[in-house]
Amino acid sequence: MAQTIFHPAASRGKADLGWLKSYHSFSFGGYYNPERMNFGALRVLNDDTVAGGKGFGEHPHDNMEIISIPLKGGLKHHDSMDNTAVISDGDIQVMSAGTGIFHEEHNDDKHDEVKFLQIWIYPNVRNVEPRYDQLTLNKADRHNKLQQVLSPNANDAGVWIYQNAWFHLGNFDKGLSTEYQLKAKGNGVYVFVLNGSVEINGQVLNTRDGFGIWDTDSFTINDLSDAEFLLMEVPMEF
Amino acid sequence: MQKLEILVVGKHPEIMKIILRLINNKPEWSGNAAFSVDEAVELSGKINFNVVLLGAGVDEEESNLLKANFKVPVVQHYGGGSGLLYAEIYQALG
Repeated sequence: MAQTIFHPAASRGKADLGWLKSYHSFSFGGYYNPERMNFGALRVLNDDTVAGGKGFGEHPHDNMEIISIPLKGGLKHHDSMDNTAVISDGDIQVMSAGTGIFHEEHNDDKHDEVKFLQIWIYPNVRNVEPRYDQLTLNKADRHNKLQQVLSPNANDAGVWIYQNAWFHLGNFDKGLSTEYQLKAKGNGVYVFVLNGSVEINGQVLNTRDGFGIWDTDSFTINDLSDAEFLLMEVPMEF
Repeated sequence: MQKLEILVVGKHPEIMKIILRLINNKPEWSGNAAFSVDEAVELSGKINFNVVLLGAGVDEEESNLLKANFKVPVVQHYGGGSGLLYAEIYQALG
């Protein structure tokens, strides 16, 4: 029988640094909740808003798969591998930090805020050579269907990471239902609602709610309103 | 007040510098660096560590050696920055 966990949006940790407002689904920075450390290999899900002209100065990472999904505005990236790029709504960015990488991310606009999801996944191999990639997605490909945006395979749809994980984005009309089949045994799925309301396994989820489901091969998402959501399938043991 | 002694083992000098700075920002914590298993074991003869963090560049064999040599929690540090560091230490110490 499927096991589930529900994380209402209001239960997330919150950081307000003035220039940065961030909601943490799991323990991060000054927010520590031993009951909210991770969902399997998913360690960080931060819902960030950065003020115009501001951003994260240069800082390091190692041995972590870091995925950024812009939701509004543009985010300027620069890293120690000399990659410089701007990612915007509709793009997805991935970094395998491996042996170590330094990077900085700034709002590309001087005035308007940028909103993005920052997601960290534990890798299945340590100390790899750092790598960076980004991809522009066709948003029409997620209207009333699931669009794969990340996988473990370099030749599959979306970006890839060093973990047996798959991400899908969906933008569904009210009244529709869709079934998600898990890709790998032992995996679970963390559902994060970007906008709207859905129902899964009897649980109603609203905007920015999170819901984990595991010990199942599939589940159905019923769209109670027009709804956008992100599905993150990750190994529960890693 | 006795400080919590934290040993960080890693091979990336720039990341090590930042981790130590973040640890030492907490007045009740003291960060110490080792760049090899031998250096970590030698330091353990001088300082009673409360927790050992395994940072960038430490491979599985070295991790196992460190776990065998220390009786305190030996945990992986992921991320290189402040995002996970404090939670990892709090969790290791229960």
